[in-house]
Amino acid sequence: MNTKNTALAASVALACSLTGSAALSLDLTGKTVDFVIPFSETGGSARWANFYAPLLSEALPGNPTVVVKYMPGAGSTKGANWFQSQDYSDSEGTLIFGSSGSTQFPYLLDDPRVKYEYGDWNVVLASGTGGVAFLPPDLAGKMNGLDATGLQDTDFIWGSQGATRLDLVPLLGWEMLGMSVEPVFGIKGRGDGRLMFERGEANIDYQTSAAYLKSVVPLVEAGHAVPLMTWGALDADGNIVRDPTFPDIPTFKEICEATPSCETSGDAWEAWKAFFIAGFPVQKMVFLPQGADQDAIDTYTAAFNEVTARADFKELSENTLGVYPQMTGDTAQSMLKLGTEVPAEAKDFVKKWLLDTYGVSLK
Amino acid sequence: MDTLVTALPALQEAFALILQPAQIMYLVLGVLLGLSVGVFPGLGGIAGLSLVLPFMFGMDPVSGLALMVGLVAVVPTSDTFASVLMGIPGSSASQATVLDGFPMARKGEAARALAAAFASSLFGGLFGATVLTGLILVARPLVLAFGTPEMLAITLLGLSMVAILAGTLPLKGVAAACLGLLVGTIGEAGAGGSLRMATYDIPYLTDGIKLVIVGLGIFAVPEIISLLRQDQSIARGSQLGAGWAQGVRDWFENRWLSVRCAVIGVVVGVIPGLGGSVVDWIAYGHTVQTAKDKSGFGKGDVRGVVGPESSNNAKEGGGLVPTLIFGIPGSGSMAIFIGGLGLLGFNAGPQMIQNDLDVTYTVVWSLALANVVGAGLCIALSGPISRLTTIRFTLLAPFLFMMISFAAFQSRQSLGDLVTLFAIGLLGIFLRRFDWSRPAFLIGFVLSSQAENFSNNAHQIATFKFRKGMDVGLEYVASPIVIGIVVLTIISVVLGLRHSKQMPTEGPVVSGKKRAPVIFLLLMLAYTVTAWINAALIDLTSDKIFPLTVGTVGIIALVLLLIRMMRAPEDDPIFADRETAGDDGDAAHGLWATLSWFGALLVLSSLLGFILALMLFLITFFRIRAGLSWARSALLTAAGIAGMCFVASTLNRDFPPGLLQEFIDMPWPFK
Repeated sequence: MNTKNTALAASVALACSLTGSAALSLDLTGKTVDFVIPFSETGGSARWANFYAPLLSEALPGNPTVVVKYMPGAGSTKGANWFQSQDYSDSEGTLIFGSSGSTQFPYLLDDPRVKYEYGDWNVVLASGTGGVAFLPPDLAGKMNGLDATGLQDTDFIWGSQGATRLDLVPLLGWEMLGMSVEPVFGIKGRGDGRLMFERGEANIDYQTSAAYLKSVVPLVEAGHAVPLMTWGALDADGNIVRDPTFPDIPTFKEICEATPSCETSGDAWEAWKAFFIAGFPVQKMVFLPQGADQDAIDTYTAAFNEVTARADFKELSENTLGVYPQMTGDTAQSMLKLGTEVPAEAKDFVKKWLLDTYGVSLK
Repeated sequence: MDTLVTALPALQEAFALILQPAQIMYLVLGVLLGLSVGVFPGLGGIAGLSLVLPFMFGMDPVSGLALMVGLVAVVPTSDTFASVLMGIPGSSASQATVLDGFPMARKGEAARALAAAFASSLFGGLFGATVLTGLILVARPLVLAFGTPEMLAITLLGLSMVAILAGTLPLKGVAAACLGLLVGTIGEAGAGGSLRMATYDIPYLTDGIKLVIVGLGIFAVPEIISLLRQDQSIARGSQLGAGWAQGVRDWFENRWLSVRCAVIGVVVGVIPGLGGSVVDWIAYGHTVQTAKDKSGFGKGDVRGVVGPESSNNAKEGGGLVPTLIFGIPGSGSMAIFIGGLGLLGFNAGPQMIQNDLDVTYTVVWSLALANVVGAGLCIALSGPISRLTTIRFTLLAPFLFMMISFAAFQSRQSLGDLVTLFAIGLLGIFLRRFDWSRPAFLIGFVLSSQAENFSNNAHQIATFKFRKGMDVGLEYVASPIVIGIVVLTIISVVLGLRHSKQMPTEGPVVSGKKRAPVIFLLLMLAYTVTAWINAALIDLTSDKIFPLTVGTVGIIALVLLLIRMMRAPEDDPIFADRETAGDDGDAAHGLWATLSWFGALLVLSSLLGFILALMLFLITFFRIRAGLSWARSALLTAAGIAGMCFVASTLNRDFPPGLLQEFIDMPWPFK
């Protein structure tokens, strides 16, 4: 089910290695590369970074030791602000930074703590993810094909980490479908949300792809859950298409099109799409600090290409990363733009919606 | 029967996998690593696991598992060293151990306390593994039976332990617990993200204060300062008394207590979302409540060590249930453990139990084996290590300041960590001086965010369920488990209040003049009122209701105390003040002079960065305060700095930078 991804990754890798194979002079022999992430040791980003660290070490010229450094605080803005203060000349290629959706959302919502500017940094890898929403079987039966109108008279309750987090995307999406979903805020992670669903305390939930494959598919097989929709994936032109990991599950876009009260145009849709892209297909990125020269960028790009082109990469990454596209070079560049440049109208819409619906403002 | 048929071969397979020389070697390596990391307060399993994580990739799965499990398993064992010997809570799992363990060390019975603790840990660990072997196949419904109301009930049960630990005056205990709860709400609210007693201008505060710092500040700083003022050894110059063999016998004499506390550990560990911090308090409270003679607690009763230590290792076994069955980490170290499993090619979650039962059992029994190896090593070490308590404390103190500063800095890697440590330390010193229950404060702090989140969530879901119908709602909030735990909570409060009067938590304190205790109470009242007003100004009900409620209770308790203070004569226990008489009153050095040494280290750090500041601090301290020769001062300083750098470089940590580092680029470790 993931041959497409591998093919994509391989072709991107090939394209990049052709363009970037000029003589590279960055040599990291005997050095230690700090892979800084603005999160604690326990989150998904830590897992992602620890997965890449040893592989990167093998692929970089001179095989430096790559260590993951944790710099949690202030919803990841502390680490990002610190990285903003770094110049390439301070580290000469021995510092990379991993950001996540949690770093992008405060940036997009003009959180007062944000002192960083994505445009200053140099992206060398972009990792995507997807998400799947699911329901208990009795409620799933109220769907009429792709039309979700039947769900509009049900009261939903959902365990959420907070309206300004990644959970913004499903909350807004469900509201666009006319569903009334009451979020229970303050849970610690998506795993706890799933547990609430399993205990019957919540009657709707979503999980990112890896977690869905691992923990929800057994529930679906046992008849305790039914997938409702994926958030979708992006094609090369920036259109939302079916998630290649779940080709049989319709996307939110399809459901929205089939539901009379939902529209795939206008402010709400544009806002949803903008934040969906920032939160899922462009969720995690690796950067070199501002001022990095082309040589360093090419070296790291080539290294990540080598990693993702490994014959065993698919097998290795399946457990830790899920089956997500890993993008480098120009693709990563355009993904960075898609994920961090959001039209002002979309920002304003979301800020107003957060304040009106949940009384949340970032001031 | 079916489960037995699947379990037995898997179990056999698991033993065959573990009992290979290579695996045992890795296990022992993990145990040794865990022991060395665990003795450092505030580091613990998370730091240790992060250390080995880079090597997981590409390792043989069973060896990797053995290494990780060995490491995780011994941390709640080895952190006992700091708790007993220095009065420093080594990790959240051994906070309660301090209460009786440290007084034992001061009586010269460190080896006995340690051995009793390790024997209990060993038993708890084995008990946990045994229960887990059977439980893991059938635990799913059990875990699912614990919804939000049930977890709220357990959190309340934890809070009810304040009653027994409140000290001579229950109202003071209540006020201290409320203050702890309020300090726990500092920062972004869990539900709506409103800021409480914090501003975005001071980003440090928005994340709230971390448990490591509060534990160190409330327990370690006051003890270190107090001991330093007396200029003695921890064991007060007395000979070392009862040894490790006595400790093991103590455990055996209290084996049923140990069993009961291990059961508490497993049960609480099994429930995801509660975390381990409450386990040792519930176990300690249970120990005190069930003891016939309660007079010795807080002054060095060995049962106060056996109870919590039996539960915290059993908890690790219990904690594996949600970790392995649901893929939901029960604690921070379990979260990394799941990550490590992923690197080895295993997915924690429902599939693992079904498809890799042998691996699951490998984890479980590696845990048991690691406990045996770890506790054995620790018991063997407890005799020699307890000699530390006979060293003149003035020579130990600077190293302890160094260690707790470094440990505190690990929580957020910001200078704010050191400032907070100092502030909380000051609070701890006064709580201790005026005999306000420090355990009550800590319990309040530890359970604050859980109590708030669970009550918010339970309220919201319950309202939702009641809308569907009265019966649906009642079934949700009044499940048999909830009712059972609530009854237990009530019993525990009633029993606690009845007995707490005869049980001064930290030994008797003489009452003194009125002025100082009144000023401290007024300061507490001022903070509580400020926090109350601050909460009242928040718009979101979900974010204000908890601090408002707690603040109201706290204000009432404090005002009642104030009224009593106005009426009572000077010898009333309400005016308890350690400066009047006893160890602190008769100490050779003053409080402020001693505290300013620690303050100087922090101020210097903010100017010169930690390592340079530490050099200056150590050498001046040894020369001036300890009166050593220049040569010996330099030698000890060099040893301290080298040790610090070794630990930091192994764990790949930085030191707090100061103002100087803003202007000049310096190489590690000075940067």
